[in-house]
Amino acid sequence: MSNVTVADHDEILHLTYGKYVLGFVGSVILTLGAYLLATHGTSSKTVLAVFLAVFAIAQFVVQMVLFLHVTEERGTHWRLIVMSMMLLVVIILVFGSLWIMNNLNYRMMRSPKLMQQYLKSQSVL
Amino acid sequence: MSETAQMIEQRREHEAAEKTVFGFWVYLMTDCVLFAGLFAVFSVLRHNTYGGPNGHQLFDLPYTLGETFALLTSSFTCGLAMLAAQRRSKRAVLFWLGVTFLLGLTFLGMELNEFHGLIRAGDSWRRSGFLSSFFVLVGTHGLHITFGLLWMAVLGVYTWKKGLTDSIRKRLTLLSLFWHFLDVIWIFIFTIVYLYGSLNV
Amino acid sequence: MIAIHQFAFALLGKLSWSQLPQNNIERGGAAAIVLGLLLVIGTITYLKRWRWLWREWLTTQDPKRIGVMYIVVAFVMLLRGGGDAALLRTQQALSVGSSSGILSSNHFQQIVSAHGTIMIFFVAMGFMFGIINLVLPLQLGARDVAFPFMNATSFWLFFVGMALVNGSLVIGNFTAAGWLSYPPLSELKFSPTVGVDYWIWALQIAGVGSLLSGINFLVTILKMRAPGMTLMKMPMFAWSVLGSMSLVAFAFPMLTVTLALLALDRTIGTHFFTSGGGGNAMMYVNLIWAWGHPEVYILVLPAFGVWSEVVATFSRKHLFGYTSMVWAIAAIVLLSFTVWLHHFFTMGAGADVNAFFGIMTAVIAVPTGVKIFNWLFTMYRGRISFKTPMLWFIAFVVIFTIGGVAGVLMSVPAIDYQVHNSLFLVAHFHMMIVGGVVFADFAALTYWFPKIFGFRLHEGLGRLVYWFWGVGFIVAFVPLYILGFMGATRRLDHYSASLGWQPLFIVAGVGVALIGIGVAFQLLQLALSIWQRNQRRDLTGDPWNGRTLEWATPSPVPFYSFTKLPVVTDRDQFWADKESGKATRQEYEDIVLPKNSSLSVVIGGLAFLFGAGMVWHIYWLALLSLLGIVATLIIRSMNDEPEYRMSARTVEKLEHARLRQLKEYEAYHQ
Repeated sequence: MSNVTVADHDEILHLTYGKYVLGFVGSVILTLGAYLLATHGTSSKTVLAVFLAVFAIAQFVVQMVLFLHVTEERGTHWRLIVMSMMLLVVIILVFGSLWIMNNLNYRMMRSPKLMQQYLKSQSVL
Repeated sequence: MSETAQMIEQRREHEAAEKTVFGFWVYLMTDCVLFAGLFAVFSVLRHNTYGGPNGHQLFDLPYTLGETFALLTSSFTCGLAMLAAQRRSKRAVLFWLGVTFLLGLTFLGMELNEFHGLIRAGDSWRRSGFLSSFFVLVGTHGLHITFGLLWMAVLGVYTWKKGLTDSIRKRLTLLSLFWHFLDVIWIFIFTIVYLYGSLNV
Repeated sequence: MIAIHQFAFALLGKLSWSQLPQNNIERGGAAAIVLGLLLVIGTITYLKRWRWLWREWLTTQDPKRIGVMYIVVAFVMLLRGGGDAALLRTQQALSVGSSSGILSSNHFQQIVSAHGTIMIFFVAMGFMFGIINLVLPLQLGARDVAFPFMNATSFWLFFVGMALVNGSLVIGNFTAAGWLSYPPLSELKFSPTVGVDYWIWALQIAGVGSLLSGINFLVTILKMRAPGMTLMKMPMFAWSVLGSMSLVAFAFPMLTVTLALLALDRTIGTHFFTSGGGGNAMMYVNLIWAWGHPEVYILVLPAFGVWSEVVATFSRKHLFGYTSMVWAIAAIVLLSFTVWLHHFFTMGAGADVNAFFGIMTAVIAVPTGVKIFNWLFTMYRGRISFKTPMLWFIAFVVIFTIGGVAGVLMSVPAIDYQVHNSLFLVAHFHMMIVGGVVFADFAALTYWFPKIFGFRLHEGLGRLVYWFWGVGFIVAFVPLYILGFMGATRRLDHYSASLGWQPLFIVAGVGVALIGIGVAFQLLQLALSIWQRNQRRDLTGDPWNGRTLEWATPSPVPFYSFTKLPVVTDRDQFWADKESGKATRQEYEDIVLPKNSSLSVVIGGLAFLFGAGMVWHIYWLALLSLLGIVATLIIRSMNDEPEYRMSARTVEKLEHARLRQLKEYEAYHQ
């Protein structure tokens, strides 16, 4: 089964109908599931947030594998390696920034009265 | 057994195509970091509504679901176009590319409509830090979609005029990677901006 | 109904006569640039070399040529940035008590900002990309990088960024908010002039060029090594480039985002970093340093790679601890994403956040230490030859170590609270970037100069350069450590006489003067070497008894690099071949090379118009230029085969012509 590169026997990506259908159906289910959870879910916000995150990550994996063929590569899986590095950097940058900014906001962006209270509690005043 | 000149040439072109696909993949990874930066900004500023409306008040989730399905389906039909390219059917490629284009255009139109509504109501990017980040994050994705549609149109014309040469099929591969990637990013916009936003997380 | 002339003026955005330089120093700077430009254009016209320039240099896709162009721009920018430094030092030496020196406060701040911006983005990055272009493909046994057209385009985008920064000297002004232009100061409310916009768009455009280069070199290393060259057989310089380009790919998008958001705040009224409207200025600081810290490792890793090559060659020994060097690079790449908060310890974060980043900062010093020890162990029991590149290495070890331990000191948040943003910090980062990166660039230029140009630089003058730069640098920056402890903050344009700082500032000024003499000797060395080039020809292609594949080519390297692509079995393949006495038989094969393209230059020109349009709010120009770039890319995409093929026979004929020329040069040595 040839594909998008030059010679008939070489492949960069091996495409099949089944993969795309499975990817599409999986994504639809995960999208609908997330939507229904968000609009009709009755658990606490934190629980809902976690589930929505799980659904998003699941759909990410589905589309990465079935639409973007990240697991298929002849020889070293450079695309997978580069993607993993990217994910690591993204996680560090996003969660690092959230941690830092939350910390800064909590400590620095208070009303004057609350600032006084806070400084007193830190034995600065 | 020595390689004939033709085999050497084929191998060289194959390596060149593989190199280009990989290079484009690396570019897509850098684009992911770009979006990650915008997501970081959105997450930090998501409650900075400055007295203005928040996501829960602004977002119309059924509408957004419709948008999402339009884009998701277009990602699927793009895959069908690639399958058609694999079996060298020029007409099927053009057909599915066309469907993908129309679905993408629908998505874009719905998004522009949403933006227009917000701006008309006075809730533009000037209103608050939250709205600034909303417009820029979602808008950047929309800009990428616009470029993708332009690329799709140009490539469609090339395919129609030149047929499914090796070069054209390589370019279709790149376009499909781009288009699928845009839907992956949308998963996170849908979840973090719209779903989380409507829940006020 | 508006008059025609009003409409015409509206088309010009914020441009007006009042934007031309207002004082004599500014006029001097503007005149230097305009006259310099006219001189260059005039000389080329007089020599009737426009066609040659266009064909051989401006539209080239040969990375060896592109590398030379990067280095030329970087060196010219070194002179500009150095000139800025001289002005700053003079001001700080003179502006005490009742004297206000030679510069107004605002002008001083613009020069400080320009100095930093130019040195990092156009000197350090320029040298780095230049050296990588020159050396990397050759070391890998390749004829080109992965994407030659993109490579050329990256250079032109870099050039455009440089042009915009220098354009700010001719019309308008530059940012006065520092080389990173923090908001709220850099927001429209507090910086209403075009200065910050020049800064934003110069960096945005140059940044795109850098990002594309990062992708390009990454793919080149992973996909275009000579057959048999596994990653663990690559020269260490190539490993360092792999690490650095990974950082470029993953860090530069953060810069793109941050600059874009600031631009949006300044143009369409968003509230990302504004003080009000729900903006958060600290978010800018967070984002820009999330880019900024990886950036310094982007600069220093290739410098480390240069040292690995230089130390091994001039110790006549293979690099000690190859595997640990690779792991050290990997560790630095990963860790460089975990330390960025140390640039703003004092800006309000709690002890838990500060402690984490402080510890990570201390940890990242470890792999660097491993590398320094490995270089020293390479030297141990080697047969060391103290040619100029090796001298620069010694200076590097001393200066970088001093600066490095100052850095480890500052990694402790409690200590950093004392010295943050003081001259202690300024001394630290100058020692790292100049001692680390710039000295490596100078060593690299001396080392690879014969390979690229075919003749050596004058060694005696090279030593003079080294001593004036080395001593001058120490004299210029050690006083700053002391001043930092005495409480002197950075970017000060005036201070009270009772502080007792002036003598130290004067000493620092003397240091800068010594460096200036060093730079003068660099220019002299270049001129003299070119004048004497026939006597200085490198006839063997291997002037230093090198170890890696680039030395297996003739000097200067022909445009096709290798007549036949090499096959590799060992690390330090060239050294192994020399040791085994492998016969150097000339072999020929058909060669495919990319055709020249004017479209890279066109994209550059349109990018310049786009940048100028955005800076001066000439939005119709910006939009048209952007559409023009899209159109150019579409035009480029219509071209399916932008390559040409040379038969093996043609290559053979070229080689014979080259050998004949070599014989003529040999006559000069008789």
